[in-house]
Amino acid sequence: MAGRWKGRVLLVAAAALLGLTAASAAGAAPAATTSASQSGTLNIYGFGPGDDVANGRAEYAAAQLGRGVTINNPRGGFNDQAFLAMLASRNVPDVVYMNRNAIGSYAARGALVPLASCLRAERIDLSQYRAGALNEVRYRGQVYALPEFTNQITLIVNNTVAQQAGVNVNDIQTTNWAKLRQANRKMLRIENGQVTRIGFDPKIPEFFPLWVKWFGADIVSKDGRTPRLNSPQAIAALEFTHSLIRDHGGWDRFKAFRDTWDFFGRQNQVARNQVGAWPMESWYYNVLADNSPGVDITAKYFTNRRGGPITFFQGNGWVIPRGSKNPGLACKWMKAMTSQEAWLKVAKDRFDLRKRQGREFTGLYTANGRADVKIYQDIFQPMGRRNFDEAVQKLVQVSRYGFAVPVSPAGAEIRQAYLDAINRVLAGQQTPRAALNQAQREAVAAVRRNSR
Amino acid sequence: MTSVAHSTTVPGPRRGARRSFSRFLRAETWAAYAFILPWAIGFIALTAGPMAASLYFSLTNYGVEQIAGFAATEYVGAANYRQVLEDEKIRTSLYNTLFYTVLSVPAKMAVALGLAMILARLLRFAGFFRTVFYLPDITPPVAIGIMLLLLFNGSVGIVNTVLGWFGIPGPFWTTDPNWIKPSLVIMSVWTIGGTMVIYLAALKSVPRHLYEAAAMDGAKPWRQFKDVTLPMISPALFFTFIILTIAGLQTFTEVYTAYFGTGSAGAESPDAALMNVVYLFRQAFEFFNMGYASAMAWLLFVIIMIVTAIQFVVSRRFVFYQGEKR
Repeated sequence: MAGRWKGRVLLVAAAALLGLTAASAAGAAPAATTSASQSGTLNIYGFGPGDDVANGRAEYAAAQLGRGVTINNPRGGFNDQAFLAMLASRNVPDVVYMNRNAIGSYAARGALVPLASCLRAERIDLSQYRAGALNEVRYRGQVYALPEFTNQITLIVNNTVAQQAGVNVNDIQTTNWAKLRQANRKMLRIENGQVTRIGFDPKIPEFFPLWVKWFGADIVSKDGRTPRLNSPQAIAALEFTHSLIRDHGGWDRFKAFRDTWDFFGRQNQVARNQVGAWPMESWYYNVLADNSPGVDITAKYFTNRRGGPITFFQGNGWVIPRGSKNPGLACKWMKAMTSQEAWLKVAKDRFDLRKRQGREFTGLYTANGRADVKIYQDIFQPMGRRNFDEAVQKLVQVSRYGFAVPVSPAGAEIRQAYLDAINRVLAGQQTPRAALNQAQREAVAAVRRNSR
Repeated sequence: MTSVAHSTTVPGPRRGARRSFSRFLRAETWAAYAFILPWAIGFIALTAGPMAASLYFSLTNYGVEQIAGFAATEYVGAANYRQVLEDEKIRTSLYNTLFYTVLSVPAKMAVALGLAMILARLLRFAGFFRTVFYLPDITPPVAIGIMLLLLFNGSVGIVNTVLGWFGIPGPFWTTDPNWIKPSLVIMSVWTIGGTMVIYLAALKSVPRHLYEAAAMDGAKPWRQFKDVTLPMISPALFFTFIILTIAGLQTFTEVYTAYFGTGSAGAESPDAALMNVVYLFRQAFEFFNMGYASAMAWLLFVIIMIVTAIQFVVSRRFVFYQGEKR
């Protein structure tokens, strides 16, 4: 009798111990592991509904997880409020797709799991990812996300406008600012007090970090803890870019005209010769190729003051939130989604689809450098349109020169501080120096607040 | 014992009536409580509870870590309130909000009253026009925010096109900081359907004999409006004044949609459009400073209370309630 009781007590104790171990592993894991089994449910948040490239990789990743895994993806973009509600309810998804510029804020607050053990367990080779994109997801030496697209920026020059304005396309470049301003003045057109053509759109405030990088400077220190929004380089960059807009008669005229563009349509600003040149992300070549393949454009590098190409990386990435019940599956999913194989599969599918449709394939530009090379070498075929073919070459090459704004615990506030400052300058409310001084004060206060 | 002795002295029928009346009273009371209960639960759970919570959060460092339970909530005293007083953006947002409210409330009341007076005189198609004027009120605020950008575009917007027909060069409403708030005020006047319906009901309840008496005394229409209509509908005017003021001080959706939540993720968000609740939302849900945002919310609450109290005090001179003794 005593032996039976002893046995039962031991059984209960063992079960309790097992339960406790499982609970601690699932609920309070400090880092992603692959301890979870290859069955169960993977809850995804922030992903979809996507295009053929997103959906094709999702199919590939699902296949890598195996049939025993149920994937629950409610399909919808990332939303801070919804994600905070999930954190509050302790009902967090297993893997999340979010903008890389938000990762620093969440990582600094402990809401994301560092990927060290995930990388180790799944043998993920970080060297396949572009260093610039990885810098955007690295906080205090730890990688918190696997990056997807890079959306590299090049100059799109409208040759027709340049020709009409008597501007040599070689003079439309960013190395020599004086020449660029001359080209801008020649290409812009103002009729009856209204802007009817933009010469050169510097795309501020969005691309402000790119203009500061022209000097080789950054708007925040590498460790993300010291904002440098009012550095001499930042002030000079804002003064110059603002001058390009002032040439059009001011921001109000400039923006009011730009807001009228049919940006995604057949009658876009290039087709209608409403702009001479501007820096733009890689995906816009797709828009042009789809809607107005006949436009006469030249793709050029955005160059720094020494003439070397530079580009600004932005995009999304996959993260594992703290409290993920299945970090192992999450790790496998994000590895598969960003793998060379997944990118090659969808690139081939897209190439074939476009060929059937008689449309151009302008490449895929990802944070996986090896995938980009393979796509360009094995799948891409020149489409016979010199301007688009050259653009693809440029986009492939420029990825090597990409950078991202360093991750900061106050990343969102620093970004908002410089955006607001630039808007005040554009609206004529402050000088660049005064606006960036205020932005610096706001950013420093934000960093201090977030470092408590 | 005394009470029993006393009760025995009460005549039988009267005692029975009192007991049944007491029972009735108790039943009535419980019924009343039962009817109030759903509201009371809702008020405690959805209003008073969150208010108390936000008051507590405003004194803490509440943020993502605390929401998720990764870190303990720490008491920071009045630090958030001190920061509120030092924040340049708070001053900007409060100025914008007050500017918008001061302009939009009288404008909405005047236009709504004008429309209500026209509708009150219509003999035919009154229902049709009432519906038409009310329709903008059921338009989603997000759509209004988008429409604002289209209608008020400085180059090709309909507003400037119409002004151009009369030789008036329209301003750059959505990009010139001097015209951003006026354009928001004009747009707000579009949604006056609810206010108009309240005024229409008030106008219809003004006794006709007052106008007849005034006319017999030789009062002209303006005098009748000033001395009969306005005093008689003053409770409705006062009610909408309070409600519109509070709504103005809390304005959010249209402004956020137009200037802060666009495809460029708020990249072109001008300070001239930064309303207090927009800034509060950003602090809470974009920068995750929940404690600070709670302090901002309480500052706004205090401002609203002060403004409303002033309105109540001032209203004693201007609002006339029928049957009221002065």
